[in-house]
Amino acid sequence: MENHQFLFNFISEYTGDILAGVLIAIIPLALLLVYALVAIYGELKIASFIQLKLGPMRTGKWGLLQPVAEVFKLLQKEDITPDGADKPLFNLAPFIIFLGCYAALSVLPLSSHFAPSGLNIGLFFIIAISSLAVLGIVMGGWASNNKYSLIGAMRSVSQIISYEIPAAMCILGVASMAHSLDMNVISAQQQGGFWNWYVLGGPAGISKIWLIPFTVVMFIVYFVTSLAETNRTPFDVPEGESELVAGYHTEYSGMKFAFFYLAEYGNMFVVSAIMTVIFFGGWSSPFGDFLNSPIWQIFWFIAKSMFFVGLQIWLRWTLPRTRVDQLMYLCWKILLPLSMVCFLAMALGGMLY
Amino acid sequence: MENNLENTTNNNKINIEYSQFDSERMRLNAGPQHPSTHGVLRLEVELDGEIVTDIIPHLGYLHRCFEKHCENSNYNQIVPFVDRLDYVSAINNEFPYVMAVEKLAGIEVSEKVQILRAMCAEINRIANHLLAISAFGLDSGAFTPLLFLFREREFALGILEKLSGARLLYNYFCPGGVRYEIYSDFKKDVKVFIDSVRLAMKEMEDLLIFNDIFIKRTEKIGLLPKEVAINFACSGPVARGSGINFDIRKSAPYSSYDKFDFDIPVVEPGKEVVGVSGDCWSRNWVRVKEIEESCKILEQGITLLPDEGSVTDGIPKKLKVPAGEVYCKAENTKGELGFYLVSNGSDKPERVRARATSFVNLAILPSISKGYMFADLIMILGSIDIVLGEVDR
Repeated sequence: MENHQFLFNFISEYTGDILAGVLIAIIPLALLLVYALVAIYGELKIASFIQLKLGPMRTGKWGLLQPVAEVFKLLQKEDITPDGADKPLFNLAPFIIFLGCYAALSVLPLSSHFAPSGLNIGLFFIIAISSLAVLGIVMGGWASNNKYSLIGAMRSVSQIISYEIPAAMCILGVASMAHSLDMNVISAQQQGGFWNWYVLGGPAGISKIWLIPFTVVMFIVYFVTSLAETNRTPFDVPEGESELVAGYHTEYSGMKFAFFYLAEYGNMFVVSAIMTVIFFGGWSSPFGDFLNSPIWQIFWFIAKSMFFVGLQIWLRWTLPRTRVDQLMYLCWKILLPLSMVCFLAMALGGMLY
Repeated sequence: MENNLENTTNNNKINIEYSQFDSERMRLNAGPQHPSTHGVLRLEVELDGEIVTDIIPHLGYLHRCFEKHCENSNYNQIVPFVDRLDYVSAINNEFPYVMAVEKLAGIEVSEKVQILRAMCAEINRIANHLLAISAFGLDSGAFTPLLFLFREREFALGILEKLSGARLLYNYFCPGGVRYEIYSDFKKDVKVFIDSVRLAMKEMEDLLIFNDIFIKRTEKIGLLPKEVAINFACSGPVARGSGINFDIRKSAPYSSYDKFDFDIPVVEPGKEVVGVSGDCWSRNWVRVKEIEESCKILEQGITLLPDEGSVTDGIPKKLKVPAGEVYCKAENTKGELGFYLVSNGSDKPERVRARATSFVNLAILPSISKGYMFADLIMILGSIDIVLGEVDR
């Protein structure tokens, strides 16, 4: 599978390897920034749709420029570092969180012919790199010299570390069925229609039918886990507005706050993209070879990921928030055993097929 | 009193022998600028990790010298001040005050005025409970119910605006009657309002009240045993959530409430729908049921309210109040609201004292929230439904 190097080879013919690497690295960044604008607009509009209001309507047609206006507003704001804050840590934290999300984007295969970095242990890399966000949250929470931030950071660390275990179980389950950690390979295996997706038991023909309940449960477990990993409602206890004002980013303002914001939306996309790759066929078209050219594959990948981002936004505006101990209970006593059982079944499936 | 709290079963309280652990406690100032203290209440909370070990409420950030102002104002000029106590249920605040002045001055009020006053109070009660339920949902992190119920609350404010000319602080009741005549479509508006509120509450039960996450957050939290509620003189939904069947509209009917047929929703031990009697969910459930009862009263009010007769005729040109003193109470949206008036025969009262419901109900907060988590403290505060304008006066 050297296909994913296609764009890199194409560019490096004209510019040389180093410049080509830089140009390729810019693509996920550009994708992230454009996506963030779309996601903010989507969040506002979906929220308004659910809450029987119009949402932004004044900035451009149907308020299309609202996210741009918000970014400019944040750029203009005063960049405050509170008294008594640990300045180096305080200033570094937002960038570390952003780094985690940006690095995770770099291994996502957008199409069979393009992944920014075709790492053959992509899934493993994502599990490792997404833990980096915890570091940033702790740094931000501790360095803010604010008790709300500290409590929020403590909650967030225990939450993200706990939920990484069922998440890793889900990823390993699929990896054991695919015999690979390469996201491009996993996507390629699921080509040929939606019945080959791993959420429906993978590309093993009719005999896989006993696997379907396990894979579906595994998908649900991963979806719940991903909500917790991105600190979204109903698991947004680290920044629970009614309790902790804004949690670990209470003291942040201006551009640094924007980075937290960007990282939150970025992480939503990352977990959705992982979900797409390991359960929903990645870039492969749901209808076999229909519209399955490399350019269309980018569309399918983004469309599937955005669907799950939309699902997360929908849930956020519907559900109340859980309490921090209920969150832990859900993780350790429900999701972990469930994912264990499903993992065993999927590993067996991986051995058989 | 402590024993009562400790011995209750079915409690989600975390039982930790604090002496066993020598952990450092964190002192956290929740408020006065905190999103969920419902105004400018400052709670000095001592936390052991997430668990609340001590809590000291600090009041007075919204003190406006209500009682001193009253000593320098006419009886009629006090009504707007009274509005501003519990600013989300202004009509219900005017009710006991106006009754107290009428009692002191010996003014007889016509039946039409009495029924209209009761109807206004019930519309206002629904508006208040819609706000209380939705704000309680907001405390638990659900933002959408707030906006759903605000749509219905808008109807209530609209009707009261058409009656009085103001949206929130009405200044509508006055000794002897109400300030303006009823507008022609009043009954029709009330009918539409009742229908829409019933529909919205059905929707709300699906969305919030019986939502599993919401139930998990509120059941068996902030348990207020019956005896403790009585000892602290709690009233309103807080007391009725603990199984105390006490409502001044029934136990000492005032105005025209004896003409209406309605029930008092009480969550008695053993008859709970969800959770246990006296928890946050029960207090909220009482409010949900009370909205339905208020709708019943409004329905009857539409038929009882006579079309002929004036509601402004009974207002005396010059209010003469003889010397004396009086205490008059009414069922506010949050419980018993009473006014103690002392008159020396002049046109200004010698002393006005308010028995503020929110203030009395808030007093239970420290004793029922120790041992729960910080997130629960916010829920308990939300379930008591206080308005700081009334607490601080």
